[in-house]
Amino acid sequence: MKKIFQISIVFILILSLFSLCSCGYEYFDLELDADYTNNLQGTVLNVYNWGEYISDGSEGTIDVNKEFEKITGIKVNYSTFESNETMYSQLRTAGVSYDLIIPSDYMIDRMISEEMLLPIDVNRISNYKNVDEAYKNLYFDPENKYSVPYNVGMVGIIYNTKMVDEIPDSWSVFWDSKYKNQTLMFSNPRDAFMTAQFLSGVSVNSTNKADWDKAADLLKSQKSNLQSYVMDEVYGKMETGEAAIAPYYSGDYLTMYDVNPDLAFVYPKEGTNIFVDSVCIPKCCQNYEAAMLYINFLLEPEIALANAEYIGYASPNTAVINNTDYCYYGNEILYPKEENMPKTEYYRNLSDDIRYYYENLWIDVKLY
Amino acid sequence: MKKYFSSTILRAPYILWSALFIIIPLIIMAYFALTDANGTFCLANFSHLSRYKKAFMLSIIYALISTVITLLIAYPLAYFMTKCKPGAQRMLMILMMLPMWTNFLIRTYSWITILSNTGIINTLLTKLGIGPFQLINRPGTVILGMVYDFLPYMILPIYNVMSKIDFSLTEAAEDLGANRMRVITKVIFPLSLPGVVSGITMVFVPSVSTFYISQKLGGNKTMLIGDMIEYLFNLGPDYYNVASAISMVLMAIILVSMFIMNRFTDEESEGVVL
Amino acid sequence: MKILSKLYMALIILFLYAPIAVMIFFSFNSGSSVWVFEGFSFDWYAELVFNGEMLDAFKHTLIIAILSALISTILGTAAAVGIDMLKSKFAKSLVMSVTNIPMMNADIVTGVSLMLLFIFFGKLLGLAESLGFMTVLIAHITFNLPYVILSVMPKLKQTDPALSQAAMDLGCTPLKSFFKVVLPSISSGVFTGFIMAFTLSLDDFVISYFTCGHYQTLPIVIYNMTKKTVTPDTYALSTLIFISVFTLLILYNVTLSRSEKKRGMA
Repeated sequence: MKKIFQISIVFILILSLFSLCSCGYEYFDLELDADYTNNLQGTVLNVYNWGEYISDGSEGTIDVNKEFEKITGIKVNYSTFESNETMYSQLRTAGVSYDLIIPSDYMIDRMISEEMLLPIDVNRISNYKNVDEAYKNLYFDPENKYSVPYNVGMVGIIYNTKMVDEIPDSWSVFWDSKYKNQTLMFSNPRDAFMTAQFLSGVSVNSTNKADWDKAADLLKSQKSNLQSYVMDEVYGKMETGEAAIAPYYSGDYLTMYDVNPDLAFVYPKEGTNIFVDSVCIPKCCQNYEAAMLYINFLLEPEIALANAEYIGYASPNTAVINNTDYCYYGNEILYPKEENMPKTEYYRNLSDDIRYYYENLWIDVKLY
Repeated sequence: MKKYFSSTILRAPYILWSALFIIIPLIIMAYFALTDANGTFCLANFSHLSRYKKAFMLSIIYALISTVITLLIAYPLAYFMTKCKPGAQRMLMILMMLPMWTNFLIRTYSWITILSNTGIINTLLTKLGIGPFQLINRPGTVILGMVYDFLPYMILPIYNVMSKIDFSLTEAAEDLGANRMRVITKVIFPLSLPGVVSGITMVFVPSVSTFYISQKLGGNKTMLIGDMIEYLFNLGPDYYNVASAISMVLMAIILVSMFIMNRFTDEESEGVVL
Repeated sequence: MKILSKLYMALIILFLYAPIAVMIFFSFNSGSSVWVFEGFSFDWYAELVFNGEMLDAFKHTLIIAILSALISTILGTAAAVGIDMLKSKFAKSLVMSVTNIPMMNADIVTGVSLMLLFIFFGKLLGLAESLGFMTVLIAHITFNLPYVILSVMPKLKQTDPALSQAAMDLGCTPLKSFFKVVLPSISSGVFTGFIMAFTLSLDDFVISYFTCGHYQTLPIVIYNMTKKTVTPDTYALSTLIFISVFTLLILYNVTLSRSEKKRGMA
């Protein structure tokens, strides 16, 4: 009896030992433009971002959060989401509170209309001057009152050149029985419906339920062809050659390409979705000043460069775009020239009625 | 009087706790299930459930199949284990339980490495000149995942009961002329029934409500009840009502299955489920 | 027959351990994938100390497991003794039925219903954040309690109530008789309950998933990772845990059989 007790104590001690090791990240010598003096030392900033969407210090890169912690003394509590909808529901439930979020355009539109965001005074963010004019005054935030652009991207088709002979430049490839069990599809409704909507030539923002029905039928007919529905699992599956073709975001392709150079990328001829992910401050924010510092920090040329190179998405930051040392400087996929620019459409915030309708249609597709 | 008082104090915190964190949550869930988004009473959440019919059917079928398979695997195993030396028995028990100490998400995820198109089995098969076969993202893979994850829950209770069976009974039966088959069906099986019953419930309940295995091993291509509840709760408060209704039905399914299983044992148990 | 049964047991063990073998194998991968093996290295074990998110989560898991096991053991043992003393058969069976609910119910239903409760209370109290350390702790205590009670109960049945009565007749206070007479006779049940609670809490994913908020435990972090890309450092940590548990259980088993042998000789 006593022995068991001793053993379990030892066991608990061993386990605790693992958790005591402190981290050995080596800090960079950053040249920062803005001033980060503050009296918020010891406070916590809850950042809620997409998965794989910040330079995290792996493989010798800058750990943005750690650097911010070191410079400001504010602790960053970082968590991730995998879709705008998950993020939205987390905020709506008020189960958890966040000080800074990075949603996409249409979700920002929705959150502004539901009064879920706090205004951001860009005059107080000295690095705001770095933001490219092309990404200011966009439809969801015409006066730049609530959001600061973080990343820009478009959806395209990633394919493995060893497994696919032709260039799959049409969404129809996901219905092609030639690639049975080799194709992947988005597992979030908005993006999945988008592929079907472009294929059948209707707007991704259609307010006609019949259009959504038609898209749902298309998705159902595609299902037997699919290997699986994925979000970020796409990385592993494409990198290892487990799947041949997948629709995904342009920036993520570049990350995958680094691992597997057999991968190629194409924008489908029918057109595709373009999106801007921007930094916003939600109403539930508990540490507004820290959030403002963080936004300024993200816009720092060095930090924005580290993020742009790590994440691989197009940057709205002129200090990055015009930097010739930037590893994706002038990259054709991220920054297509005018004449190569695919036809694109932003998602718009849809009415509750339509949203409810397609969210339920998605269940039908999944259960088909 | 004094004694009465002290024993009340002992159980009072627990009774308060279970009222607060077992009973009230279920009442809140029932309230959500029986109201609409504005909080007015309605049964619409339940009438909408026909949309999810397939999820219910699939969950029950998958859970039944995997329960039967685990039983078929575990029963002989437990029997063979009881035939080993006591030291070996203890060692085997440790071996059966040890996997449960590794996070089940990781164990499930590992199967992808084994079964995928470019995975271990297919690589070996291709080297031998056969295959590759599609082993993953099929309904069968989901069932394999369930059998794998919940097999120890079947082995343990059956073994526990079996190891307590007095084997002089079987010897007596053999002396009286019963053959091996008869001994097993007429003596061992009835005596081990309580273990089998609790094994079945311990496997069926997590199988019917799982929400991870189908996503990882089934290619996310279908939704079981658990996946449905997770998806709807993640969509936000607008869906709490219907998600609660689905949870209530899931609870009902579990209660019914328990009720059926309890009929098979006349073991005098304290506090049947509700 | 004997060989056949051995072969059968070996096959089952192979089945149970195949994914764990894969896990251990890929934790030594020099590449960053858990699907393609590139070469042997210890890099990911070294990398582990840099993964602050995972170590934090591991710390959270341990804190929750230890606290919830302790609290549920104290609360549950007291409750078991109290329930055992109940005179009314009906009250006893009612309490035990409620006790059975979290054990019998699907984890997902328990998790979801607790989440609804916490959010409800959070709104009521006007909290900015209704989920976090406290809620995941409460949730873990709640699902641990029945296991503690059910492992203490049978031991209580085996103890003679006359004993504590005798102690009190001889001048013990009820409290003293509890600690001097009752507790020693049920200690093995209390201990089993504690270990069970600790294990369950350590391994729980579903209930934590719905109740943890920012206070992410290891299974939650692993879950989030399997939604992106799993790197071998996750496998490295799991391998370390697996090996320490394995060693402990073997040690325990060896000491147990040794003491048994000693007793046999005596």
